[in-house]
Amino acid sequence: MEMPPPDAQIVARKSAVLARLAQVLPADSILSDIAETRAYECDALTAYRCPPMLVVLPHTTQQVSEVLHICHTEGVPVVPRGSGTSLAGGALPTADCVVLGVAKMNAVLETDYDNRFIRVQSGRTNLSVTGAVEDAGFFYAPDPSSQLACAIAGNIAMNSGGAHCLKYGVTTNNLMGVTLVMMDGQIVEIGGAHLDAPGLDLLGVICGSEGQLGVVTEATLRILHKPEGARPVLIGFDSNEVAGACVSDIIKSGVLPVAIEFMDRPCIRACEAFAKAGYPSCEALLIIEVEGSREEIADQLARITAIAHHHNPVEVREAQTEDEAARIWLGRKSAFGAMGQINDYMCLDGTIPVSELPHVLRRIGELSREFGLEVANVFHAGDGNMHPLILFDANKPGDLETCEAFGAEILKLCVEVGGCLTGEHGVGVEKRDLMRHQYTADDLEAQLKVKDVFDPKWLLNPAKVFPLHVTRSRRAPQ
Amino acid sequence: MIPTSERELTDAIASATGPLALIGGGTRGVSCAGEPLQLKGLSGVSLYDPGALTMVAQAGTPLSEITAMLAAENQQLAFEPSDLRRLLDTSGEPTVGGAFASLSAGPRRIQAGAARDFLLGVRFVDGLGTVVSNGGRVMKNVTGYDLVKLLAGSYGTLGALSEVSFKVLPAPECIGTLVWEGLDPARALSVFTGALGAPFDVTGAARLPEQGEQPARTLVRVEGFEKSVKYRLNELGKRFVDLPAPRVICTAQSQDQLWPQVRDVQPFQGQVGNVWRTSVKPSDMLQVMALSQFQHVVDWGGGLIWTLAPDGHDLRADLRKIAGHSTLVRASQGDLTSLGRFAPEPAPLAVLSAGLRAKFDPRGILNAGVMG
Repeated sequence: MEMPPPDAQIVARKSAVLARLAQVLPADSILSDIAETRAYECDALTAYRCPPMLVVLPHTTQQVSEVLHICHTEGVPVVPRGSGTSLAGGALPTADCVVLGVAKMNAVLETDYDNRFIRVQSGRTNLSVTGAVEDAGFFYAPDPSSQLACAIAGNIAMNSGGAHCLKYGVTTNNLMGVTLVMMDGQIVEIGGAHLDAPGLDLLGVICGSEGQLGVVTEATLRILHKPEGARPVLIGFDSNEVAGACVSDIIKSGVLPVAIEFMDRPCIRACEAFAKAGYPSCEALLIIEVEGSREEIADQLARITAIAHHHNPVEVREAQTEDEAARIWLGRKSAFGAMGQINDYMCLDGTIPVSELPHVLRRIGELSREFGLEVANVFHAGDGNMHPLILFDANKPGDLETCEAFGAEILKLCVEVGGCLTGEHGVGVEKRDLMRHQYTADDLEAQLKVKDVFDPKWLLNPAKVFPLHVTRSRRAPQ
Repeated sequence: MIPTSERELTDAIASATGPLALIGGGTRGVSCAGEPLQLKGLSGVSLYDPGALTMVAQAGTPLSEITAMLAAENQQLAFEPSDLRRLLDTSGEPTVGGAFASLSAGPRRIQAGAARDFLLGVRFVDGLGTVVSNGGRVMKNVTGYDLVKLLAGSYGTLGALSEVSFKVLPAPECIGTLVWEGLDPARALSVFTGALGAPFDVTGAARLPEQGEQPARTLVRVEGFEKSVKYRLNELGKRFVDLPAPRVICTAQSQDQLWPQVRDVQPFQGQVGNVWRTSVKPSDMLQVMALSQFQHVVDWGGGLIWTLAPDGHDLRADLRKIAGHSTLVRASQGDLTSLGRFAPEPAPLAVLSAGLRAKFDPRGILNAGVMG
């Protein structure tokens, strides 16, 4: 994976840029020593690292504006950063950039239960948004696995999803407004506590733009009242095909669970060894969660298990108590930790039409044998969002490259069957060079034009999302 | 011009020498100067996968064809596209492309979302005749920028939609509505707030104005399996013991007479005057309604207010201190010109929007001026 070489002229001006930033920021907001900036050399895609030239951690929107204005006039690239949990390298720095972290901006600015929204600074973590409203019975719906650590800023940048978005939607469906600082320092308000824009849906294109159009410093988020209760059921099958057909039948029946999670045998085995959740030994396992009152839950689970019984399940386990519910989720929630204990792993998140599930799983198995690397599958089956985990050994020369090549083949397969490269993690640097498999040159050009409008000098997170050769002329110093 | 394929649409736009007026079904009363470019020739559903809740259709496909196909599988367009023909005195057949391009959003907006929230992928032809594809047909997709959202609600000013992929949802077995008669706006708002702040998955909260003998009606809707609907209606009813007991209506979707009245703004059909559509923070509904003696239809739990105002009246001037925006949905050409159909965007956003239009339609020939 290639990153553009640092601009030596910018690096040579480090102290001048630092001096200007020091005029607008308090001392605790600037890191310039390599011993400190090294902490920002990567995000959760740890295979790639590069300490930035400088790190700034502003306290206010006004400071963000001043930082961006300075970088704009100095021609210094800026890499925005939330909590640094991106699995796609969205916050990977270059040696000539300023990393702009929003971690110090984590306040709740307004909670309004009557109008069902919360306004927060964007450095606030996903889970602590719910934390701020749960005493009143409310929650913020998008729930990425990293929700304990990930920031709303990063959620907006990547349009994050989670296990429960089958019912509640992803970030873009729950985002009502933002305060956005443009690369030239201009502060703009988009949307708010009312719904839908009178003009073009700028909020819609900012969400998921991977920090390339502006820096979001505040967000208005929709909050919902928690359901009366929720309960999962676990269903085991002796083939992936049958489990896939069961998912499709459940959806067709009119029941809309809040989550349908799918694990294949390698994943079940690893999770069982790690978490001892008591999962059955089978080829495929579904965890389906429904919400409502006790009676509503019972009614929905009865419908779901009736459908499952048509598919000859090897096991159907309904949680009767909180403890049983927790045990059903335990293995699934431990999946990444379980894999991490076995080996290094790469987590992909291509999405496919649900009907292609059996074919794609079969083909991934074949590719696994061809590349000689094991793969386990755990994913959000209701919306086709796969999470193949490819195991490799980072200490073994060539293994990372083999793993990346294998991963690329899986993602190309996702696109071939009518899906996409990434369902919720984002493109970042990881999938940047695969974009041409999903989009034509004209399709990509249309997206580049959007960045041209928001960031004409191409200074915001410039080496991400698009293949470097496609953006080279735009990124050239102007 | 009535192209019948994306190729013909491309040729029509690339070879255009002047402004083009894009027309879907022509039912939403939005028009502009230019040679008419009809999109109804691009018709047909190319994929419907009920088990994946997705459909792909050419943009000119009649909505009626789509809803019929969905109904056969007990599914629906959950954003409840409105049928404004009687309100706007238009004829023709609403198209699926028009529903997305105009960001249709019915009473279920507060729970399920607007058209934008269901659009998964688009193919469109930009102002130079280039075909662009964005998004896809899967429910979760963050591959590159979300031009899908940008195209939804762009009224053809960035490109002519040729194909749309969208998410559909199961149709409810039962629709349950609580109806309170004669509540004033303040008490209606307290019902909305109480119902939407409860754990019962309310999918509609609206108020129809007094009409002749019929007093104003405050409506709260829940949907789903019959048993669940009845349970939730009962639980909701208990929350408003200080109000007169509401009427309870449970019906199959095909029999529902109530919610189309809200969705299609039935109380203003055939009435003289301009029709405004105002989006505000729900609790600001009271201020909006207190400003005048005009008639209002309230939707989205107070967040959407349809107002019937006299010709020439500038409702936006009344509301300038309230955050939100008003669209002039029905008016004479004179009023549309002097008042503007859409609220002007704040200056920095207007610059961004103009910049985007200049990139996608550098000749400024696609529905020029439709959005101001």
